[in-house]
Amino acid sequence: MEKLNVYSARLVPKNENFGQGHRACQGCAEALAIRLAGKAVGKSVVAVSATGCMEVVSTPFPYTSWNVPWIHVAFENAAAVASGAESGLKALMRKGRIPQRKIFVLALAGDGGTSDIGVQAISGALERGHDFLYICTDNEAYMNTGIQRSSATPWGASTTTSPAGKVIPGQTTWKKNMAAIAAAHDIPYVATACPSYPFDLMEKVKKGSRTPGPAYIHVLAVCPTGWRSAPDLGIRLGRLAVETGIFPLYEVIDGKYKLSVDPPQLRPVEDYFRLQGRFRHLTKDMIEKIQERVAREYEKLKMQERMTGGE
Amino acid sequence: MGKRVGMEVSIAASEAVRLANVDVIAAYPITPQTHIVEHLSEFVNNGELDAEFVPVESEHSAMSVCSGSQAVGARSFTCTSSQGLILMSEIVYCTAAMRLPVIMVLANRSLSNPISIWNDHTDVMSIRDCGWIQYFAENGQDVFDHVLISYRVGEDRDVMLPVIVNMDGFSVSHVIEPVELVDQETVDKFLPPYKPDIVLDPAHPVTMGAIVLPSCYTEAKKAQDEAVKASMPTILKGWQEFGDLTGRYYHPIEEYRTEGAEVLLVTMGGIGETAMWAVDQMREKGRPVGLLKMRLWRPFPFEEFRKAASKARMLVVVDRAISYGGPGGPVASELRSALYNEPKRPLVANFIAGLASRDVAPFDFIEMVDRAEGACKKGMEPEYEIYGVRE
Repeated sequence: MEKLNVYSARLVPKNENFGQGHRACQGCAEALAIRLAGKAVGKSVVAVSATGCMEVVSTPFPYTSWNVPWIHVAFENAAAVASGAESGLKALMRKGRIPQRKIFVLALAGDGGTSDIGVQAISGALERGHDFLYICTDNEAYMNTGIQRSSATPWGASTTTSPAGKVIPGQTTWKKNMAAIAAAHDIPYVATACPSYPFDLMEKVKKGSRTPGPAYIHVLAVCPTGWRSAPDLGIRLGRLAVETGIFPLYEVIDGKYKLSVDPPQLRPVEDYFRLQGRFRHLTKDMIEKIQERVAREYEKLKMQERMTGGE
Repeated sequence: MGKRVGMEVSIAASEAVRLANVDVIAAYPITPQTHIVEHLSEFVNNGELDAEFVPVESEHSAMSVCSGSQAVGARSFTCTSSQGLILMSEIVYCTAAMRLPVIMVLANRSLSNPISIWNDHTDVMSIRDCGWIQYFAENGQDVFDHVLISYRVGEDRDVMLPVIVNMDGFSVSHVIEPVELVDQETVDKFLPPYKPDIVLDPAHPVTMGAIVLPSCYTEAKKAQDEAVKASMPTILKGWQEFGDLTGRYYHPIEEYRTEGAEVLLVTMGGIGETAMWAVDQMREKGRPVGLLKMRLWRPFPFEEFRKAASKARMLVVVDRAISYGGPGGPVASELRSALYNEPKRPLVANFIAGLASRDVAPFDFIEMVDRAEGACKKGMEPEYEIYGVRE
């Protein structure tokens, strides 16, 4: 099941936490990721969203796409609000004020809400050891406000605040490794996932939510609007990100690294770039520079796997 | 009746939080609020209070945690000061708009820069329009009582609003005072368990904090304004019921020796007790001076204030904050506008004093009254003045 490489609709749980009628763009993989995560986590959940695309598209008053209890307070504090929900439920159950039962707490935020403005709140929540699952759906820029760069935007990508200019060719910094930052908190469960691998994603959400203590899943979410890619290519792009080694899928369970998908040979990064307008300006030299870095980072990950005995 | 004991006011505040049997406490240390959180964590770690103590990494997260815990139906508490308050202020606004009755004790302290750990009201005035019910305590007894009253009022299903109990940093928070405690049985009679109608519960899913388009935003804000105004009867009822149980009755505006007073000093917070001395001294000399102490800042007690101020010739308002380049102190400017449409209204003189705990002694109040009277005799409309500037 874990390694299932094909999508079989009949094997997917029927329940929908994140229901129909939301207003996400066509081909939005972030909405898909959240829908799949909702199926995996089940009905007994309190969801906390940060400000961002998913909050905006799912709750235009008086409508809501959420079939489970859901709260949004602000941009940078999903992890802190989730900490409060978890602590409140814990206290109320202990004091016998509500019946004892497992209620999962799920925090959801984008890459800006996680690795930029929310990094303090998430670090605090992970360090304090709250029993919750934090899912970052990373579409690699501030898409909700109009495709501005974040610390999760990859090197070279053109965004509205890192445009491919005549002197500076797009984003000048390497993507912040948020999963590694989460793992550095020594929490019991960290994983990367992508809705192009739906069963892998659901399995990880199930594991993460059921692991006692904090869990973090970093999900690559293709954004056709921001990446300037065709809306029907979201699944293929997600797979290419994994197959090129640009976004490797792995788990860190109690400190042990384990690659979830490890192709015998990585595809050239160009296969991934070719389908996206945000990388259209990249020169051969720039692509080579990225290729080298990807190979190095991938090797580092495999070394971590060997060193921690997670193989 | 309750026991009368000598204790530090911060500890009295913590005692009240324990008696209120809160479920979640989230706070970040900042001078001069620290003694409250220290004492509360002792309660929790010694098993004297069954609550989750969440030692957050910032005040912003303190208020965020309280929002989350309150939303699942847990009684929540935080306390802060100064920079901590303005760091959390983004979420302070959210909590009120989401109708989550979190209770916060504010040990009022100046805002930077220059950094100052001492007391004035510049911190709370920065969030004047946050939509919380706001009390000002004068002494330890006020603080202790108002923590309990806040939970009773804020959680009332007719109110559902968060409440701030303001107390002056150091000059109230760190002072050892006689405080009459209330026993658990009486507290339980006064304060029922928190049972909100709407919580985050998988059995009854709700969406909280949705996005609202311009077509509904104005209505949401109108509803919020009405909610704050409509809390007044419950606030009055809360004081009445608390008084009936403890013998201590409170009012939106506390009057001191106002009978026949032509001039009224107006204060808010701890300096009110010093002003009482000054009024006594002036009364001894036959001067018709009285004192109004503002206990309730939001909702603003228009009716009570107009009634209390109507017979005076002049108000001498002592503010503890300043609106730079604006109308002077925030209290005076609100009092002025409250009086503007009155057919007969007193003159309003405004002194900004006691910034960063600069001492305001009885003779200072007398001096302020003298100066205001002097200006008045010369036919000058009194303006605001930053009092006691060394030149």
